[in-house]
Amino acid sequence: MRPSVLLRRAIKGVRWYVRELTDESAYDRYVTHVRKDHPDAAVPSRREFERMRTDRQEADPRQGFRCC
Amino acid sequence: MRTANVRSIVVWTLVALIGATGWSVLALSRGEDVSAAWMVAAALGTYAIAYRFYAKFIARKVLRVDGTRATPAERLDNGIDFHPTDRRVLLGHHFAAIAGAGPLVGPVLAAQMGYLPGTIWIIAGVVFAGAVQDMVVLFFSTRRDGRSLGQMAREEIGPFGGAAALIAAFAIMIILLGVLALVIVNALAASPWGTFSIGMTIPIALLMGFYLRVLRPGRIAEVSLIGVALLLLALVAGRWVAESSWAAAFTLAPSTLVVWLVAYGFVASILPVWMLLAPRDYLSTFMKIGTIALLALGVVIALPTLKMDAVTDFAKHGNGPVFAGSLFPFVFITIACGALSGFHALISSGTTPKMIQKETQVRMIGYGSMLMESSVAIMALLAASIIDPGLYFAMNAPAGVIGTTVQNASQVVGSWGYQISPGALAQAAQRVEESSLLSRTGGAPTLAVGVSEIFSKVTGGSLRAFWYHFAIMFEALFILTALDAGTRVGRFMLQDMLGNVFRPFKNVSWKPGLAITSAIVCALWGYFLWVGVHEPLGGINQLFPIFGISNQLLAAVALAVCTTLLVKSGRLKWAWITGIPLAWDATVTLTASWQKVFSSDPRVGFFKQRQVFQNAIDSGKVLPPAKTMDDMHTVVTNSTVDGVLTAVLAVLIVVVIADAARVCIRHVRRPALSTLSESPYVESKLTAPAGLFPTRTEKEEERRAAVGTAAPGD
Repeated sequence: MRPSVLLRRAIKGVRWYVRELTDESAYDRYVTHVRKDHPDAAVPSRREFERMRTDRQEADPRQGFRCC
Repeated sequence: MRTANVRSIVVWTLVALIGATGWSVLALSRGEDVSAAWMVAAALGTYAIAYRFYAKFIARKVLRVDGTRATPAERLDNGIDFHPTDRRVLLGHHFAAIAGAGPLVGPVLAAQMGYLPGTIWIIAGVVFAGAVQDMVVLFFSTRRDGRSLGQMAREEIGPFGGAAALIAAFAIMIILLGVLALVIVNALAASPWGTFSIGMTIPIALLMGFYLRVLRPGRIAEVSLIGVALLLLALVAGRWVAESSWAAAFTLAPSTLVVWLVAYGFVASILPVWMLLAPRDYLSTFMKIGTIALLALGVVIALPTLKMDAVTDFAKHGNGPVFAGSLFPFVFITIACGALSGFHALISSGTTPKMIQKETQVRMIGYGSMLMESSVAIMALLAASIIDPGLYFAMNAPAGVIGTTVQNASQVVGSWGYQISPGALAQAAQRVEESSLLSRTGGAPTLAVGVSEIFSKVTGGSLRAFWYHFAIMFEALFILTALDAGTRVGRFMLQDMLGNVFRPFKNVSWKPGLAITSAIVCALWGYFLWVGVHEPLGGINQLFPIFGISNQLLAAVALAVCTTLLVKSGRLKWAWITGIPLAWDATVTLTASWQKVFSSDPRVGFFKQRQVFQNAIDSGKVLPPAKTMDDMHTVVTNSTVDGVLTAVLAVLIVVVIADAARVCIRHVRRPALSTLSESPYVESKLTAPAGLFPTRTEKEEERRAAVGTAAPGD
């Protein structure tokens, strides 16, 4: 394989990992989920979705709790 | 019968040899320079063997993980908290959630007994207890739709044991927050550089929160990069501030910092999550993973020499200045999180099980993450062992013991057999641009000195002060996040408990209830923080053992739940897998509690301590290290509170263990009486590898699955 191809693949991999780990991809994942499992439901905008996510954390702080 | 191929036999024999060589060198060398490389070899060799053989054995034979069974993530997928997450991503999530200040602080304090006892317990403890607990809890919670530890205790043991577990968890949370806050206070007191840069994290987080809420929702990676850049700027600016006329404004006394921290905890916990908590969490996770990776790299490149004794005299006589008590049980209590941590059971149940793709991955996520955490603890122990032992003891002994001048400290530390000149002590502080390093107890400053030593070996000594403050910032950052998040969790528990008495409290968004419960939680941990700062005998010295005991007691609850579940799910013959760690943990912890309550040595036993000081008060005398009659009364009050608390915690845990034992015995005698609340079997449609690297069969399976999904299309 050519080095440029390898490099591009590595960058793509890192980008994917960072997006997944920081949960930046949460919105895309949710949209895919809604389109697939509830085709009739309205898809929220990114802004609405992110608000819903923090509201959920607000309601149950054990979500995403960190340890000592 | 499967036969192993020659290549894997050769590879694993080599790994075993490397580990064994590491252990032999550590165990046999005395009075000569030992390279940290041997500690790394012993740790990594043992982890690899344990992961490959013991963890695999538990997953296959004991838990009988079933790759065909759909996990809650697959069955209940809602695209938010329940969703099948790639195993490599989940490993990162889970590790970031379990790794905190605990594994960094505990081993540093335990270094007072030498590096060998700590190393042995961190490695053996994680292999046989800590990682096993995390993996088994994760497995059982996955089989129960991600139920929390408390819910599992209630459902599988009974309401009585469940309630005891809940109260214990609440008390433990309060102590944890108090001790973590104390670590921060000791690191930031009289340090304008540190105080300024930590203070700046608040506006940085607010800015990030605003950015994510209003400007570009959800762009977490880019906002984290901006945040980290600002953070590094704040770190550099800290030095300018410390050298400017503003320095006085940021030079705070410990008691002032207490007020600020409690106020911060209260305000932060009632602000909306998006404003402060969420952005802070991104920042601290970023810093945490980055710094741990850098540290691992630094250790491997610099391979420093261990300067601490393998086993110090304090281990033999139990009279150490950092924490009192003999090697057994106190080294195990002090190390806590790096080897076995009850808190991990709260993450392994609840959050992670809702995201795991396959039951077969519990080994990689549960056991693997805990091995990583243990390696963090080893690095912390290493960082504490490479600095001059004289400096180590001068930094970690309370001011009541070594005094407040370098001359005095040098003399006292010298009398323990660790020679360090007053000049060297002053110079060590100067090199990291702090006014003094004496009695900087709590572990964070010692770790920071060790980290700056390692990093400046790689980058050159001119950056030493920067690295010191970088390390302080890194710890303070996630401790502050923990104060906020922990206050919220404590509040949530309290709302639930109070809700049984006064209904409106159950409604978690009822504002007055929110403010009242937040204030109660902050007042409770604030009390321990206040006490810790004003304790003449040294806050860390008095409180850290209670923190360790409480954490290990929570682990006892988790292991008791695991053992009960193994028995009830027809795995009686394997109950020793968690039963033996439970027996060990209960023995260690209850012995420690017993000594803390009943010991006749006033340095160890809280009530004896109380008696000694009370008698002195009655006869009108002031005992050192107390300086005034007020100090004497403080000691009496504190030792009473600490003693009662230790006793109550121990009793609660005995209740949980006894209740669990009752359920197990009943199940063995009359299995028909017990119920098992496992979710029913549903066949999985996903394919995903079990380990980090897919095996050849797993690759083929995945290829076949990909073809299978494409087929209906044409």
